[in-house]
Amino acid sequence: MTGYTHRGRSSARIVAAGSVGLLAVGALTACGASAGVGGTADADDAADRTLTVYAAASLTRTFEQIAEDFEAAHDGVDVELSFAGSSDLVAQIQQGAPADVLASADTANMDKIVADGLQAGTPTDFASNALMIAVPPGNPADVASLADLADDDVHLVVCAPEVPCGAATERVEQAAGLTFAPVSEEQSVTDVLNKVITGEADAGLVYVTDVRGAGGKVEGIELPESDSAVNVYPIVVLEQSPEPELAQEFVDAVLDQDGQQVLTDAGFAAP
Amino acid sequence: MIPRWVAAVAAVGALLVVLPLATMAARVNWADFWTLITSESSVAALLLSLRTSAVSTLLCLVVGVPLALVLARARFAGIDLLRSLVLVPLVLPPVVGGIALLYTFGRRGLLGESLELAGIQIAFSTAAVVLAQTFVALPFLVISLEGAVRTAGTRYDVVAATLGARPTTVLFRVTLPLVWPGLLSGTVLSFARCLGEFGATITFAGSLQGVTRTLPLEIYLQRETDPDAAVALSFVLVAVAVLVIGLTRRSRSAL
Repeated sequence: MTGYTHRGRSSARIVAAGSVGLLAVGALTACGASAGVGGTADADDAADRTLTVYAAASLTRTFEQIAEDFEAAHDGVDVELSFAGSSDLVAQIQQGAPADVLASADTANMDKIVADGLQAGTPTDFASNALMIAVPPGNPADVASLADLADDDVHLVVCAPEVPCGAATERVEQAAGLTFAPVSEEQSVTDVLNKVITGEADAGLVYVTDVRGAGGKVEGIELPESDSAVNVYPIVVLEQSPEPELAQEFVDAVLDQDGQQVLTDAGFAAP
Repeated sequence: MIPRWVAAVAAVGALLVVLPLATMAARVNWADFWTLITSESSVAALLLSLRTSAVSTLLCLVVGVPLALVLARARFAGIDLLRSLVLVPLVLPPVVGGIALLYTFGRRGLLGESLELAGIQIAFSTAAVVLAQTFVALPFLVISLEGAVRTAGTRYDVVAATLGARPTTVLFRVTLPLVWPGLLSGTVLSFARCLGEFGATITFAGSLQGVTRTLPLEIYLQRETDPDAAVALSFVLVAVAVLVIGLTRRSRSAL
């Protein structure tokens, strides 16, 4: 009998301890969030400000450079960059992630932010990126044009239509009147590039900037049809930003001559 | 007798697992649930997952049972090292397994190049999915079975042998029947691990509907454009996993 009462009592305690644990978890995440937003409240030096920039994965190199220049020009400002697929970034912001600026790799994902009213001001287009054929060094399958990609003997890897580079691929396909039979439709343009670099794929459709960034690890073949496959990159300050002026200054740094030069050097074109 | 604080921490641990799953179930769009999970791509992914997981589990059994027996019974230099190596996929990020498989079975890989010359292409085929799943699931079978074989000991085997049974007869009539529960749970764990395999598959096999795009890959892709479909499919995967694990527990306790 006593055994039963014991059990009843301890289960009540279990629930209590469980909720304490949950509260602890809640407190931890709350700490993390506030540190990410500004980190200014408890900082001993009031001049220390943090700007969190969410940017599409394809912007990694260029935005690292622009952020470095920005920090050099702004004393006491720390730019934190978070790179991921544009749809991941948008989903995170919709779930309340503390970002000040968003730079997306396509307008479709930026439209989701605008639809939810999470932006401050109007998104500005700051760059564009076109598709290019990437082949492994030596071009083992002798790919010379877009039409060769429709050949059954060529192992072609592209992005899935659900992601921005895949949507661009579909537009190229339609514009050229071709039907591709890819051996794989990858989740991201980086996955496509990797399949080409490792020689798994004979050819892949990636961005001009990816070919440029891969150095000599892939060869690029330009597409005359690429005009139809341009992705435009918009940037915007987010409504929740506690530092809207500083965030706008970062956006301006992307749009000014120096920022645009960094982007051009990486293979981006004007919007 | 369990100290109360242990029970309390255990409750937190259980919540950590159960709460996110329950929250996800609450987010499922039940009105469109059936439409979401019966779309052409969803059905193709589910069937591919079940098919490849079944084949992979069979492969795990074929090579895993002998491996577990050797690890449990054999005595030779380097066996401890072998045991550690075989169990590595348990703790390895699957994407690392995928990279390793790529450099072995890929078109320019160690074995892949010769295989391609022989007209066998593993890259971007369903066989690549099976290889990836077998790679990550094998340790689950080996570790369960090895433990069971050790616990069972060798007494009955020795008796059978002294009565004149050949080693193969002893294996099938005495050893394996004795470790049946361990074998069953190992098999189910492997199957469940195959169903959930993602990282090695996306790295090594690629992603194409009906060929290499298994359910976890489909969920990851659907999330891009149709979060409702991703959540619905996730729920299906959780339900299958719970069902499979529940069935084994039941059949084990019946034994």
